[in-house]
Amino acid sequence: MKTKTFPMGGIHIDKHKITSHKAIIDAGLPEYVYIPIKQHIGAPAKILVQKGDKVKVGTLLADADGLVSADIHSSVSGEVVKIEDIVNVDAYLTPMIVIKVEGDEYEKSIDRTPDIIKDITLSREEIIQRIRESGIVGMGGAGYPTPIKTTIPEGKTADTLIINGIECEAYLTADDRLMVEHAEEIIIGAKILNKALGIQNAIIAIDENKPEAIEKMQSLCRKYVGVNVAVCESKYPQGAEKQLIKAITGREVPSGKLPIDVHCIVQNAGTTFAVYEAVQKHKPLYERIITVSGDEAAETPQNFRVRVGTPASFLIKQVTKHPKKIGKVIFGGAMMGISAVNMEAPTTKLTSGILLLTDKDANKPQSSECIRCARCADFCPMGLRPYAIATALKNHELSELGGLHTMDCIECGSCSYICPARIPLLDYCKLGKMEVRKQLKK
Amino acid sequence: MLKISTAPHINSPQSTQSIMRDVIIALMPAFVVALCVFGVSALEVIITSVAGCVVFEYMICKYLMHIQPTTWDLSAVVTGLLLGYNLPAGFPIWMNLIGCFVAIAITKMAFGGIGKNLFNPALAGRVFLLISFPMEMTTWPKPHIFDFMNTDMQTGATTLGILKHLDAETSATALSRATTNQEQLPDYLDMFLGNIGGSIGEISTLALILGFIYLLYRRIISWHIPVYYIATFMILTTIHWLLTGSTQAEPMTQLLSGGLFLGTIFMATDYTTSPMSRQGRIIFAIGCGILTYVIRFYSVYPEGVSFAILIMNAFVPMIDNLCVPRVFGTRRK
Repeated sequence: MKTKTFPMGGIHIDKHKITSHKAIIDAGLPEYVYIPIKQHIGAPAKILVQKGDKVKVGTLLADADGLVSADIHSSVSGEVVKIEDIVNVDAYLTPMIVIKVEGDEYEKSIDRTPDIIKDITLSREEIIQRIRESGIVGMGGAGYPTPIKTTIPEGKTADTLIINGIECEAYLTADDRLMVEHAEEIIIGAKILNKALGIQNAIIAIDENKPEAIEKMQSLCRKYVGVNVAVCESKYPQGAEKQLIKAITGREVPSGKLPIDVHCIVQNAGTTFAVYEAVQKHKPLYERIITVSGDEAAETPQNFRVRVGTPASFLIKQVTKHPKKIGKVIFGGAMMGISAVNMEAPTTKLTSGILLLTDKDANKPQSSECIRCARCADFCPMGLRPYAIATALKNHELSELGGLHTMDCIECGSCSYICPARIPLLDYCKLGKMEVRKQLKK
Repeated sequence: MLKISTAPHINSPQSTQSIMRDVIIALMPAFVVALCVFGVSALEVIITSVAGCVVFEYMICKYLMHIQPTTWDLSAVVTGLLLGYNLPAGFPIWMNLIGCFVAIAITKMAFGGIGKNLFNPALAGRVFLLISFPMEMTTWPKPHIFDFMNTDMQTGATTLGILKHLDAETSATALSRATTNQEQLPDYLDMFLGNIGGSIGEISTLALILGFIYLLYRRIISWHIPVYYIATFMILTTIHWLLTGSTQAEPMTQLLSGGLFLGTIFMATDYTTSPMSRQGRIIFAIGCGILTYVIRFYSVYPEGVSFAILIMNAFVPMIDNLCVPRVFGTRRK
């Protein structure tokens, strides 16, 4: 079968998908959970609870502040013991609600039966309302509130819904396992999104290194009219929104525009599953699948179902007996993940994986002079010239940055990865974007 | 304590050093042929040029620029090998060292070291030597296969030298000129395998193509520059041959002689001194092809590859400014 892909740039990385055959297991309950009130793009949610309040699984803790924000629910039952600023994964102090876990009681409205509910009874407005009430955000990493993405802006039209099951990052298998174990729910989730958007069909995009998920989805799709599977080449960053749209539809999102401008909506497979659970089972987004992996540092890598706010250390303890060997803890994948400042950092709705590196692998190689090999430009999936962006910044030619389309950088890191001189080109691109934003503010 | 850093947290296995190592490996078949054909007199030249380049770079880094010597990136070894390959076997050591100095000190380090030089160091060194010591640079020992210790300086002309010589002196009819050619010129098989006179590393087309295949396999270079360069040159040469009534040396002779393969595969593709976009590389290669043709057919020099590449090197900044890849989601201006 011919696989689809994007034509410009892209790299083939060693995927290390060591957990792709490991069934999802429950991570269990930690002693405390630390729930940040901002796990999305936009405004932090407004806190509704107070110290001493008793909460259940699914209790609303914080309310979305405006349209670009998201509700936050409790992921455990117990008592709110603290609400204060705590160091987050990115080293910034973030307000968090700390809950001491007591038992495991759920809000009554949540349907916890294993039955798959196929009939979509809610209306379009009710679906969007339910998605909003369940605090669903884009779980691929961006954290863009899903209700906004399920409402087509005035004057725009959409004709294609793409369910992103690519997961092109190294090590991560959370979406892969979810598609294998909950294929039907994801397909129903896609139908729900179809209804909310008023689109007739959905395309589930999976890359070719997930044969089990492809087979499962393909056989189930025969039963669902309008849902199809597209197999994509296993290339990085195939899962990036613009690259995926190009691969599936051949359309190119114009510079500075959104997918809706080429009539496409892209939703992550995990998000689609969360939509299914929210709409059909009345379950808010309080847990997700997280791959905890690593070559030497993780002895028993796993795919866990994890409650939001679980500290990383609680999961790390379950995959290795020798935490001393760990030199670096990465939230996300090896290409785009954030390196955590400490092991107590809480997992959120957006944590797709925790990657553990040994002390030896944690060191970044020293950079040397650019040899003008042009690999950074050749492999950039956006057709940018990272070497030129870096040169402009080094020479303080900041007015050049706009013309170099710095703002189009999707921060995939292919340039830094491929650079033989180990120049941190992605850092230069990010710095360039900050400079351009500064110029725009003036 | 955890280490923290920005993403990405993994790197491609290819580093500057590994790339240079691959280029050195790709140059090895030609090295073996050179040893078989010219014996120790070739080995001596190559060892001198490699050692000269490495030592000059080390000393300049350490004592003039006060930076960590860049010797371990192996780029000086590549320069040394290429310079040696561009010299005739038995070339005097002291002249060779002058070539090394021009290549490393003037062409590379004076511009700021690796990645900063405008011209290909090995070629600049060679051209400097060619202009300074034309006699020694064109004294080609005859091939004497598997006679390693033969340092006898029995010399002969290169294929291109023969052509140029005939071109200049013969006033006989075109037809007779072609006949003379055929008697003096080596046959294609010898030219392909390397049983001919010439610079140390350029004689065997087969060995150079093996290196090219290795570089392609390891994804060190793309095929564009060598293929466009040779294609342009061959098209022009063939047209020239047809227009002159097929009386001159066949285009095949032009293809297999001189430094065409060594230059196109290993020197025109040098990252630092070639354009950074694919489109730019194609323009660069076509320019090299045209210049090589012009110099070989219309100048006093029999060989034009070095000059052609050096001249095009000077155009690289301009080509880089002109040829900008299309950004995703935009139209080409």
